[in-house]
Amino acid sequence: MSTSTSNRAPAAGAPATINVRRSQLGRVRGAGSAQSGVHHWYVERATAIALVPLTIWFIISILRLVGSSQPAVAHWAGNPINAALLLALVAMTFHHMQLGLQVVLEDYVPDRKRLMSYVLLIKGAALLLGLIAAISVLKLALV
Amino acid sequence: MQDIRDALLIAPNSEGTLVQRPLSPHLQVYAPQITSVLSIMSRVTGIATSIGTLVLVWWLAAAASGPSAFARVQGFLGSWIGLFVLFGWTASLFYHFFGGLRHLAWDAGYGYSLEATHRSGWAAIIATVVATILVWVIGVAVWPR
Repeated sequence: MSTSTSNRAPAAGAPATINVRRSQLGRVRGAGSAQSGVHHWYVERATAIALVPLTIWFIISILRLVGSSQPAVAHWAGNPINAALLLALVAMTFHHMQLGLQVVLEDYVPDRKRLMSYVLLIKGAALLLGLIAAISVLKLALV
Repeated sequence: MQDIRDALLIAPNSEGTLVQRPLSPHLQVYAPQITSVLSIMSRVTGIATSIGTLVLVWWLAAAASGPSAFARVQGFLGSWIGLFVLFGWTASLFYHFFGGLRHLAWDAGYGYSLEATHRSGWAAIIATVVATILVWVIGVAVWPR
């Protein structure tokens, strides 16, 4: 990698080139980017992209189920493909939801401790709601 | 114009017209524009859709619990307040969906010009209205079976 070689002392006589625009001290201390700055942003987009087809499928499915009885819904959710798509929808929805709500909280809650409490509360709620939904789908599909 | 500083606050707005700009633009004084209003809408509908997921969880859990629990959810969703919640959820989900498509296009580097932003903004609004009405017309049409 060019970054690793560029940080070695240049050989005698070789022109010194600087490819990394960070101080060596900053690198040693570990200051600056932890290389994960875009992770939250990226996952929010990745889950959004997954939710495009899943949401369309879900709305069409619900329209076909309008007015159905519980056995009919259970039969529908018992289909392995429907169950898999439901689980994917639940996972992507609640993951996307807690990422998005976290950004809203980060924008409007200035106090760090309160922010952390709210963010953890949102993540906990999203996890539990997602688990309830997932276990319900699994029960319909497997039991 | 009484204050000499006001002269420095005359500037084109995002449409290109010269306007007297406020000293400190904020929501209360900033003229609503399709760009800012839709940006706020994206957030509001994201929060509303999140609250709507409670209905999804309740519906799935009731379907897994059995016919009596399921009948209770269906009873609520068929009531006026249930239908109102479902309608709000549908509309906010659709806006968040179409607004989200705009954001994905921007993230991919497309549609940054002012004209494109306005066009996609109106497209998202129209698509939301059309999709919401379409889903409810279909839903009501098939309901009695």
